[in-house]
Amino acid sequence: MLSSLHTQLMKWLVFGEWRAHPVRAMAAIAAIALGVALGFAIDLINGAALNEFSAAAKSLTGQSDLQVRGTQSLFDESVYPLLAEHQGVSLANPVLEIDATVPGQRSALKVLGIDVFQAMELAPDLIGVPQIDHPFDTLSDDAIFLSPAAQEWLAVKPGDQLRLQSGTDVVSLRVAGGIVRARPGQRIAVMDIATAQWRFGRLGKLSRIDLKLDSGISRDAFRRSLSKEFASESTNESTNEFTNKFNERLLITESADQEARSANMSRAYRVNLNVLALVALFTGAFLIFSTQALSVLRRRSQFALLRVIGMTRSLLLRQILLEGGVLGALGSLIGLAAGYAMAALALRFFGGDLGGGYFPGIRPSVQFDLTSAAVFFLLGTGIALLGSLAPALEAARAQPGPALKSGSEDVAMTRFSSPWPAMICLALGGVLTQLPPVFELPVFGYLAVALLLIGGIGLMPRCSAVVFTFLLNFLQSRAALLRKNQVLLLVLARLANTPNQASIALGGVLSSFSLMVAMAIMVSSFRVSVDDWLAQILSANLYVRTASNGETAAMNPAQQKMISTLAGIKRAEFLRTIPLTLDITRPPVIMIARTIDAADPGRTLPLTEDVIDATKIAVETMPVWVSEAMLDLYGYRVGQRVNLPVGTGVHPFTVAGVWRDYARQSGSIQIRLSDYQRLTADLTVTDAALFFNPDISTVSIIKQVRSLPFGNTVEFADPGEIRAISLKIFDRSFAVTYLLEIVAMMIGLFGVAATFSAQTLARTKEFGMLRHVGVTRTQILQILGAEGSLLTGLGIMVGFLLGWIISLVLIFIVNPQSFHWSMQMHIPWLMLASVAVLLLLSSAATAVLSGARAVAGDSVRAVREDW
Amino acid sequence: MWNRKKRNHSAAWYFSIIFGLLLAAFGAVSHAAPPDFSVVQPGTLLQFPTDFGAHPTFRTEWWYVTGWLDTPDHQALGFQITFFRSATDHDRNNSSAFAPSQLVIAHAALSDPKIGHLLHDQKSARSGFGLAYAKVGNTDVKLSDWHLLRNADGSYQAQVRTRDFSLQLQLTPTQPLLLQGEAGYSRKGPKPEQASYYYSEPQLKVSGKLMRPNSSSDVSESAAKLGSPNMEVQGKAWLDHEWSTSVLDAQATGWDWLGANLDNGDVLMAFQIRNQRGETVWSHATLRDKSGQATQFLPEQIRFQPARTWRSPRTNATYPVATMISTANMQWQITPLQDDQELDSRRSTGAVYWEGAVTIQKDGKRVGQGYLEMTGYVKPMKLQ
Repeated sequence: MLSSLHTQLMKWLVFGEWRAHPVRAMAAIAAIALGVALGFAIDLINGAALNEFSAAAKSLTGQSDLQVRGTQSLFDESVYPLLAEHQGVSLANPVLEIDATVPGQRSALKVLGIDVFQAMELAPDLIGVPQIDHPFDTLSDDAIFLSPAAQEWLAVKPGDQLRLQSGTDVVSLRVAGGIVRARPGQRIAVMDIATAQWRFGRLGKLSRIDLKLDSGISRDAFRRSLSKEFASESTNESTNEFTNKFNERLLITESADQEARSANMSRAYRVNLNVLALVALFTGAFLIFSTQALSVLRRRSQFALLRVIGMTRSLLLRQILLEGGVLGALGSLIGLAAGYAMAALALRFFGGDLGGGYFPGIRPSVQFDLTSAAVFFLLGTGIALLGSLAPALEAARAQPGPALKSGSEDVAMTRFSSPWPAMICLALGGVLTQLPPVFELPVFGYLAVALLLIGGIGLMPRCSAVVFTFLLNFLQSRAALLRKNQVLLLVLARLANTPNQASIALGGVLSSFSLMVAMAIMVSSFRVSVDDWLAQILSANLYVRTASNGETAAMNPAQQKMISTLAGIKRAEFLRTIPLTLDITRPPVIMIARTIDAADPGRTLPLTEDVIDATKIAVETMPVWVSEAMLDLYGYRVGQRVNLPVGTGVHPFTVAGVWRDYARQSGSIQIRLSDYQRLTADLTVTDAALFFNPDISTVSIIKQVRSLPFGNTVEFADPGEIRAISLKIFDRSFAVTYLLEIVAMMIGLFGVAATFSAQTLARTKEFGMLRHVGVTRTQILQILGAEGSLLTGLGIMVGFLLGWIISLVLIFIVNPQSFHWSMQMHIPWLMLASVAVLLLLSSAATAVLSGARAVAGDSVRAVREDW
Repeated sequence: MWNRKKRNHSAAWYFSIIFGLLLAAFGAVSHAAPPDFSVVQPGTLLQFPTDFGAHPTFRTEWWYVTGWLDTPDHQALGFQITFFRSATDHDRNNSSAFAPSQLVIAHAALSDPKIGHLLHDQKSARSGFGLAYAKVGNTDVKLSDWHLLRNADGSYQAQVRTRDFSLQLQLTPTQPLLLQGEAGYSRKGPKPEQASYYYSEPQLKVSGKLMRPNSSSDVSESAAKLGSPNMEVQGKAWLDHEWSTSVLDAQATGWDWLGANLDNGDVLMAFQIRNQRGETVWSHATLRDKSGQATQFLPEQIRFQPARTWRSPRTNATYPVATMISTANMQWQITPLQDDQELDSRRSTGAVYWEGAVTIQKDGKRVGQGYLEMTGYVKPMKLQ
């Protein structure tokens, strides 16, 4: 009987409150839903992309136990028979993997050169399916097999010719059929290994050898003993077959390494997106806090009455928590559904990396992840409970007697105005910025940002009391001024004396604006830094490249000479890039061989201050200039001696300087082209930078190059064009960030609207009284407008300060720790100012609009209500 | 090709390599000129020891060892070890060490009536890197750890390792080479160019080891009795070495072949090539007595008469597993060691044929043992 009465009462309280203020409940639900949706979607998208990428990578290595690779992308094939006949190896499957340049396409085609006999045993999915009447095409000297996705992409079908580029020549291959089983969306081709070696100028080279071990052989033990055999430096025995025959470093990997590698590739990006989702959740929690706090205040006398008639304290606490929890649960459920839909749509239209470019050549599909769904549901509901905890505690603690009286609202909130918890938060945030990253992620940086935000909001009541009291006193000392403006007096008096209610409205503005400021400063600093960087690295007048995709296009020395001796060319600098695998769990480091003057490297490279003088480089070593990521990921230091596998063998180098590289997060190393050519005997290059007098037109140079024998295979890029494209790519990858900023702002405005309408409704009696004493309706609206603007104005000012501090954390802590590059600070004043004005206007308007409703009613009834 | 209609993708080419090449129906359109293969011509004298080795300029070549083994507890087993070499049309200008211009394919089978079917395995590889080869100059064919080598003293050593069994055999000739057809020029059809070079090493004395690590329970009992899965075996074998470029008539759909070591030291070889209707397109037989006197039989003197058929539950093919072969006025009754000696590897390689140990009787009395091969019996796959 009693419990059913309680249930009835609870329902009545919850639904009564929501029926009275549906917009506020909906806004709170929407905020939680948004946070959950974003977080869940990002998680799903990334999970799907990562799974698909790992599965695709795994399908490439088939059922092998181990894979042997070189530190460079290719190694000498002479190791193959040694491995094939090695004790414990049951099958060795040699593979030549080529990212073949496709003329006229943006991305390369992954071509696997396989020995169909070995692949049939180890990777049976990855063999070509010949046409019935051409059964030998898997061994053919001119056939290639394309996955369905690749056929669709390149618009070819069996029987067509496919043109790929090798050097500056075009290799024409006959499309002979499909592949036994490629993953949906996987763009991949297979062909005979001998044909691949021959046609793409890779004679004698392999990319990897997949090993299947005899049954009963321990993979780990075998891996250890094989690595020992490979380690040339440590053994002096001349009997070591591998090191005698094979003067390059080899790496042994297994599928788990592959997964670590792909996880490493996108980790920072993924985590940063998730943090943005947490920002939305955080804002949602704040919104719940503000709606619940106000709703509790407004119903203070109701609750007191309930207490008087016998409702227990814990029951009341539960009641208010339940209200918040139901909002949170509803929001979370909606968020999960929306997140799933968002993930599906995003994967469909933008791919698995949302434009980040981490996972090329695959098409993942969304899979519902129960664990992740549960986590985000709990997070959404929990954060809503947390948001309503403080108001619930306050309502439960209130003494029924005083609470029944009117005007006790602000007294009730005094406990929030103690500055110490907020100060502690700020101080702790400051300390956390000094801590190193955890698992290469700026965990403490993000915690610091959260603490700064919480501290900033917590300090707000004190701040507004101080500021508005000061303003009031200032105005009162100039009595003449005040007499003219009764409205302002009323406004300031209220703001100065009820700082807690004001600060709740302020909190929403503050949190969203400060986050926006922080993000805007960060993105703008990044963009300006990238722009400056581009200007510095694109110093030539024109760039000629053999292809914009793949690794098979190149120019030979004769062709280089033809270009550099063209009429009008002052100087031509050539460049070649080579991927180096220094750590099997990381994506390869890109080695860039180019013309660099060791005495003045700053002329070609965007160096940081971290450089040593050319004279300090040991004579027996060669200089390299490494990107900032090399310092973080591989522990390189300027002046350090490092051994790098270049060409055949490992050679000594000295780290001569550090340069900024915004293009390659996984690290890059610059080496002099002359050193590279001496070590590798590889005289081909992929890019040329042409310098000529400005009075010669770019068009005429392009015409000259085009008329060379290989002129039709190369592509040209104007520095301005490269810069424009790069910035476009930059903006695209930050599109998500901009979107989230807008969302955070909307939530902030929602918060302002919700708080103001709640406050004005709560202040119905106050306005009724004011009307009694002769204040006009217009004046009341003016009061509300002024309150809104003043509060928002303060929120904007404090928010800017807070945002600026947070942006320092983002720029100097979070970014270097997650992406391994530094940038200089740049504040986008104009943009921030216009957003501030917009925010100010819209919150004033919101305040007036929500107030209009409150003053619309009969003033007498409004006052009487209280009695 | 034998089972022209029965193909699955990965199997198709493989099957063709083994048998299809004989038809010269090798139709791949290549931008490069196909290599010029040598042609079998009458009147060519075989040169030994050179001709023991491989002939890479011919399209197809095989070394085919079949025989009977006797285990220590006097169980009769049949075995087959075959190495094929096949030259492809791959551009000879491709200087890659992986260039698949020569392929090596090997089959091994063990016939044990206690198992009830063949234990068999196969391997294939492109020659290269010393991992797979068919050397010229002497019989020396290798495919990873499978190996057939002719020693300096004329004996052979053969070694295979499969999932189910391993064989390590020494094969010692007891008689001179048997040059088939006209001094090694063996016609396979009505036209003179439909021929191969073909010689045999009959009456090879076998000794060696048989290892059966994962033998099924009934067999391991006998192995357990001996206390070791390794057993010494001995027996008699027959080696065929044959090479050609374009050999079969377009009408041909299969063949039957018998190689028999007779107990009195005589040797008998007989084959017929059939067309789609089961009619004989060509046939030939040789009987050599122990003194070395050989009798050649003309197609019209030879008949293969099915005595009993067996239907494979796997392929539904019906094989005349017991046959009577007539050579002029002699009749040889052929009885299988077990009915199911079909080598069905469609799942992996697509090749299906019957290759089995048989006993030869004459006038109701056992006169010898040998191997019978029957190809082209797999029925065309029904369309629905």
